[in-house]
This record gives sequence, structure tokens and C-alpha cells, in this order.
Amino acid sequence: MINMDEKNAYKTFRIASIRPDNYRVKTFTLDGALEAKPGQFCMVWIPRLNEKPFSIMNADPLTFNIAAVGEFSNKLHELAVGDKITLRGPYGNGFALTGKEKKVLLVGGGYGVAPLYFFAKKCLAQKIEPVMVIGARNEQDVLLEKDFTEEGVRVVVTTDDGSKGIKGFATVAAQAELDAGGVDAVFACGPEKMMAALARLCKDKNIPCQVSLERYMGCGMGICGKCVCGGQRVCADGPIFPGEEALKENDFGQKSRDASGATKTL
Amino acid sequence: MADLTTKIASLTLRNPTILASGITGVSCDSLKRTSEGGAGAVTSKSVTMEARKGHNNPIMVAFEGGFLNAVGYSNPGIDHALQEFSAYDGEAPFIFSIVAKDAEEFGEIARKADSLQACAAIEIVLSCPHTPGYGTMAGQGTPQATQDITRAVRQQTKKPLSVKLSPSIQALGDIAKAAESAGANAINMGNTAGPGMVIDIERGQPVLAFKVGGISGPALKPLAVRCVYDVFESVKIPVIGTGGISNGKDALEMMMAGATAVGVGTAVHYRGPQALGEIAREIDAWLDAHGHASPGEIIGIAHENEPRK
Repeated sequence: MINMDEKNAYKTFRIASIRPDNYRVKTFTLDGALEAKPGQFCMVWIPRLNEKPFSIMNADPLTFNIAAVGEFSNKLHELAVGDKITLRGPYGNGFALTGKEKKVLLVGGGYGVAPLYFFAKKCLAQKIEPVMVIGARNEQDVLLEKDFTEEGVRVVVTTDDGSKGIKGFATVAAQAELDAGGVDAVFACGPEKMMAALARLCKDKNIPCQVSLERYMGCGMGICGKCVCGGQRVCADGPIFPGEEALKENDFGQKSRDASGATKTL
Repeated sequence: MADLTTKIASLTLRNPTILASGITGVSCDSLKRTSEGGAGAVTSKSVTMEARKGHNNPIMVAFEGGFLNAVGYSNPGIDHALQEFSAYDGEAPFIFSIVAKDAEEFGEIARKADSLQACAAIEIVLSCPHTPGYGTMAGQGTPQATQDITRAVRQQTKKPLSVKLSPSIQALGDIAKAAESAGANAINMGNTAGPGMVIDIERGQPVLAFKVGGISGPALKPLAVRCVYDVFESVKIPVIGTGGISNGKDALEMMMAGATAVGVGTAVHYRGPQALGEIAREIDAWLDAHGHASPGEIIGIAHENEPRK
């Protein structure tokens, strides 16, 4: 008899605090912890509505950085301190360190910065120097910059319109950092086209790279197949993949799937 | 090494493990990966005429004995699926699983599925416990409906045809016979059981968005073994035993009940896409250790009469 895996059990927390970050992003801190690795995610369930994956911003106390971009996340944004949050997880593999890195480059685009905050703290605890590139559309969309700098992380900001930091995509700043030398590995989370460009750049420069993929997710347990990127199950085989492995999948940076399983262009 | 080669009608598998429908079978690449992992055959996610979004999440929930699922037949529709799987070239034969609202629609989808070159066999599912308009919720789990639907599909294809039944129906023998008489080449026994329900006590609500779902995993195994045993006594065509098979010993038990091949689903959660190849190696090791040259020597031995093969 195989007993139920603890990660598959639903766990109910209460919201301890809510911090508005910008016009549509809030950070929710819960009243408990979860044993989790940076890069892992939870399936957050709202009874009678739906269930969606969210990457973990902090494990102790459990924290999520959530943008209100649809019906489900709008509903989460209506919750108040003291309300219940029910979830299962953590799922996925998480970012991996070899133990030999001295300096790493983290590249977060849009809402992809939250798991990299969790990862930056792990790097710092292991005496590895993280440099964080935050890419956003404009000044308003730059997320968690202060959280990183308060931890002592050097942050480079890029915006598409140049309203803050370097004008251009996060990959431009990432390239400059890599050209400057001394970066032992790159970790990225954000729009897939950005990550695909970064993975190719790192491949050319022979620098190890890990990317965090996002897909429509069904079961979260490696069964239903809705989240596949090529032959890889993003929920169970990922969501973190070595850049070179991701580049082998035809879907990477190109195609995603909707709830029916039909492919759509990224 | 035992010879694990398995024949189901004109279909030849390198071993008796078959990836069950609905298990990662959304993309061509994931089926290829399962084939590379050593599967005997792979089955697509069940496909309907039109695209379906399926039920909202949660579509699957764990409990101590396995899982409940209510996916609600999410799929991109037969035309998209034909494109998706046209590039399938895995070593494990590809079984196209289809579902429909009635016999006429079944026939129409079967005609399309049959046209796919990569399609080595067709599976029709009459047993889904959690999708209104389909399976047992549409009354497809009766001898008459089974006969009508199987006949309609048989008229559209000469490829091997299996009919997937529900373990939650009592008149199994009659239904299996109806499928056999209408031209089925195999019985897949069978689908998830139930439906069942899981309630989260902290929220006081059923977890699944559809509230109820089919039971899979270890808790399903004894029910599935009994169903295979019963169906084996009712029909002459091969039985594919599906339900709760996590390892080689589970598969062997199912084969002793009468299964020629075994469907594997939930085990992919526990062991990943290579689960089927591993289960095949475990079957092989056991047969070797017990002096059997092939699975044929143990299929159906749990029955009082001599095995028929």
C-alpha cells in the first residue's frame, strides 16, 4: 500500500499580512511555514471556483506574490487578513546549485521575480553572490526591488519604455553582466521568449543556465499532461529545466497549451 | 529472459504494458517519451468530436488509497488530435482513444481516427464516471448501448478495437459479451471506479470542482482484478486489465486473473513516464525466477478450469 504523499494533502493557512506592491500585485504572507525549495510552487485552491499554481516567494512564513490578472487571482485579491488560504504542495523540482558557484546571475521578467527572491536568499545563506536583473514593462511594474536590495543584493533594473533603469529587455542587461565576466550560472524566470533568448546566450557562452517554465496546469501531479512542454511535464519534471534541455523541446519559447490541450503560439 | 511479446488481435506489443488513456497523452512528444521509457503500447487522451475545456480545477485529488479524478474530457477535438499525433513514430504502437455522445458520433470519430497512419488500434470508452453526456452518465454502460456503439465503430475501421468498460457496473459479463458480439477485439477492464467524493474538512467542501470523480490507484486494484476475472470467464477475446497497477507484482496478479496485457495510469505519478518499462522488467524478472518462458504460462491461472491459452 502506498501512503498518501504529504505534498498532495490540502493544508489550510490564514493570511497574516497583505502588502500591496503596485497597482495589481500584492504580497500575501500566511500564518505558517512549508518545507520548500526556491523554484517550487503550490496549487492554491478556492473552493467552488478553481485551483491555480503559484510559485513560492518565501517558505517560512509561507509567502506568495500575486498579480491580479484574471478571475482567480482577482478573487485572491479580495481576501483580507485572517481569511483562509488552502493549498497543496510544494510541487516541482526547484532551482539547483552545484555548490561550486561563487557568483550567480538571476534574471526575472515581469511576475517572474518572486521565486528568484526566495532563491537569492538561499544563495546568500550559502555565501554565493547573487546579482538580480529585474525586467519590467515600465517603472510601475518593477517588482520587489526593495526586497532584494534590503537583503544586500545588487539589482539591475530594465524597463521596456526606459521609465526606470536601462531601456530594453532584461536580456540586454543580462548580456552585459555576462560579458563583464565572473558569472558561474544563470537562473531565470519570466516570459518564455526571454528565457529562450537567455538559454541560447548561455549556451553560446558555455555558462550553465536554469529556466523556470510556466504552463496551464491541471493536476499538478504529473498525470493529466496538460502542462507538457514537448515531452516534459512542467509540473513534475520541472518547472525548472536546464537551458540546454529546454532548448531540445520544440515547444520551448514557441508553443503553450490551453485547458483543452490545444496548442497556441506564445 | 522471458519472451514478453504480447499479441492483441493483429497488434504486437514488445511487452504487456499499455499507457492508459488520460495519462499525459495530450502531446505527441509525451507519448514518444513514454514509448522510449519502455511501454508496450501508448494510448492517447480520449478525444471527442469538438474541443472541450473539461472541468475546472481541482480535477484530481489524492487520498490514502490513490486518487480521484474528474477531468471532464478536456481535449482539443479530433481534428486537432489528428494533427498532434500524425508525427507519432514511437516503437510502442499508438492506440487512439475516442469518446462520443452516441453511436453515430462514435462512428464518425472512429472514421477520422482510422485515417491516421500512426493509429495502430482504436479504443472506445463507454465508462467515464464524471462527464455529463458521455460514458456511464449517458447510459453507455448497458449491453444494448455497448453493442450499438461497438457495431457503429466496427463499421468504420478494420484496425484492432478495444472497448473500455466500467468496474462499477454489475452486469459486466453481458456488456463484455455485447462488445465481443459486435466485433470488439479486446475488452479494456477498465475505467476508474465510483464515482467517489473527497471533502476537505477545513473548508467543508468537496475538493473536486465536479464534486465527484473516478477512483484510481492502489484502492482500485482488488476491484479491477475481480472485474478482469469475471470478464475473462465471459468472453474469448483478450482482456486488458487496468486499475491500480503500480509494479510488476500487481501486473502479474492481473494477468493471473486473465489479463493478456495491463493498462498503467496512476503509477506514472509514483514512478514517472518510465514506469511502464520498469514494470515490464519486473514482470520479466518474476517470470524468470519462477521458470516461466512467457506471460502466456500464467494468464488466467487463477481460474478453476485450465487456462484457455
